[in-house]
Amino acid sequence: MAASAAVRSSMGLTLRLSRVIPDCSTCPLFRLKCNAKNVANLQRRGSFDSLRTINRHLQTSIGLYHSEEGSSNAEHPEDVVNVVYIDRSGQRIPVKAKVGDNVLYLAHKHGIELEGACEASLACSTCHVYVSAAHFDKLREPEEREDDMLDMAPMLQENSRLGCQIILTPELDGIELTLPKVTRNFYVDGHVPKPH
Amino acid sequence: MGAHKLLFSELKLWTSGRGGWIARLHKGGCGKASLSSCSPKVCIVGSGPAGFYTAQHLIKARQDVEVDIYERLPVPFGLVRFGVAPDHPEVKNVINTFTQTAKHSRCSFYGNVNVGKNVSITELQQAYHAVVLSYGAEGNRSMGVPGEDLAGVYSAKDFVGWYNGLPSCRELSPDLSCETAVILGQGNVALDVARILLSPIDILKKTDITQPTLEALAESQVRRVLIVGRRGPIQIACTIKELREMVNLPDTRPDMVAADFDGVKEALKDLPRPRKRLTELMLKTALEVPGEKEQERRSKASRTWGFRFFRSPVEVLAEPGHSRIAGIRLAINKLEGSGDGAQAVLTGEVEDVPCGLVVSSIGYKSLPIDPSVPFDSRKAIVPNTMGRVKQAAGLYCSGWLKTGPTGVIATTMNNSFDTARSILEDMDSGTLDMSAAKPGSQSISALLEKRGVKPVTFSDWEKIDNVEMKRGESRGKPREKLLTVEEMLHVAWT
Repeated sequence: MAASAAVRSSMGLTLRLSRVIPDCSTCPLFRLKCNAKNVANLQRRGSFDSLRTINRHLQTSIGLYHSEEGSSNAEHPEDVVNVVYIDRSGQRIPVKAKVGDNVLYLAHKHGIELEGACEASLACSTCHVYVSAAHFDKLREPEEREDDMLDMAPMLQENSRLGCQIILTPELDGIELTLPKVTRNFYVDGHVPKPH
Repeated sequence: MGAHKLLFSELKLWTSGRGGWIARLHKGGCGKASLSSCSPKVCIVGSGPAGFYTAQHLIKARQDVEVDIYERLPVPFGLVRFGVAPDHPEVKNVINTFTQTAKHSRCSFYGNVNVGKNVSITELQQAYHAVVLSYGAEGNRSMGVPGEDLAGVYSAKDFVGWYNGLPSCRELSPDLSCETAVILGQGNVALDVARILLSPIDILKKTDITQPTLEALAESQVRRVLIVGRRGPIQIACTIKELREMVNLPDTRPDMVAADFDGVKEALKDLPRPRKRLTELMLKTALEVPGEKEQERRSKASRTWGFRFFRSPVEVLAEPGHSRIAGIRLAINKLEGSGDGAQAVLTGEVEDVPCGLVVSSIGYKSLPIDPSVPFDSRKAIVPNTMGRVKQAAGLYCSGWLKTGPTGVIATTMNNSFDTARSILEDMDSGTLDMSAAKPGSQSISALLEKRGVKPVTFSDWEKIDNVEMKRGESRGKPREKLLTVEEMLHVAWT
């Protein structure tokens, strides 16, 4: 739409697409039309995710996630999973998610500062989160590879998990995910050598 | 659900979503229209993870910041391209994040610019409101022992640079015609070197390892790699992922000294989780009697690897009358104290290990690039407080140059975000003087042109990227790296 294109350019965002495609899926009229037909139309992937940057300043990693667009507007109540992210400044950000959503990509969708450097391939620990006590035991046991990467995360706690490995289930309704506060002091003297 | 009910509930969600986005837009900016005179201009020296994560954080936090990244090589990404092992491609996924940052309208990449030679830090400080030094650690610690300069002795930095296609390491041509290789140091870099030396060629040939390295490894006679450390198993610096890769490496078997692990089992219970899991895996590999299947696998293995503890190098021994290495003399240590703080103390005994290849993997080291920048040569870092360079207004540092050369990409990310936060604080508080507009890349580009230096843009890099990926395709590799600066520039500017 012309309005959204104008806003995008005023924000100084440069998108990688060579053509601008109107993002109809946020319009309720489109969804109404789609519901009448085939919900499959709602599924868009890959480069189209960059259009979603209208909802945040800078998409920090390419969303390779497979959850449906508009999953925050879940049509079926039993699919809804309420999630609260607590960001590094302590701010609570409630999010309406869906069963099957990936916690890392859900965070990206909502502009929460959770990095995913290796793009969910268990090769980094940048999506480290603390899970609320009531829900920690409801998560699937971590595989050995996740535990290995968690070992590298600073400020590891009993309730630490990698966000990219958490897939939402109905039992996780109400889950709270806290982003670890990053320490501001780095010492070289007496510093415990970190692996590299 | 009735159609009109759906419509109203959707409308409500739709408008609240829109409100949220607009609120987020205004929150980040400086509140007024960004006039070019007030837009802060930041310069970052170095395009590895530190440089890119610092840039990302700045651009995201303020709508008016413009960031220029300068890089000495024609190609970006620093150690992600030249340090991460070829068989760890997932770690390199972070390049996608960096690419998004580089292509942001408020970010520009200038490759092929040697800061310190083509342009000085002082000149950059005149053109930008803030300059961030993120150029990492291109040197390495030396063992400081006689024979270190013999043929057959390499620093891990150079060895890794060689197999990863760093142009300055192209001529390394290590001699792999010996049976035993000794690696000094037991960090993840040491394990990377061991793994590359011992991996089956069939695995390596599908990675982005360079073609000359692949050819050299195909002819390699190296069958035994010893990874040597000054202290004991509990002090080992590598991490569990890399250890597991060695344990599971096809066609290899572990060769450890059981006595090295005396007392380790008893110490397990007091160890924090990461150290405990790592030590348990080592104990299992070194001491546990393997099951039938594993026993069979080990007996068929043609290559061995093992840790040797409580050993420090004292001399590299030459073949009599030659300048080639014949072996290495190791001093035997004992430990005083325990845990991280344990110290290795000489016992007076030594032991000679015959070998034909020595790789010293005892640490990278930052080097000073410009006399105007304070440098602590003892710690080999730029002295700073939270990323603010001491006694240098408008100068910041991030990454290994700030904290010393240890840490994975995640560590550098946090470190860089911290420096960016310091810069933002200084912008808000007035510590950084933003009252006068700065010319930024306009003046620097003019300077460079006068000096006959042509920068490589990010789209130029993308041409190099495409050529490399195309060349790799025909070989079943993700890319075939260009190995010289000349080739890179040729592709960039054609």
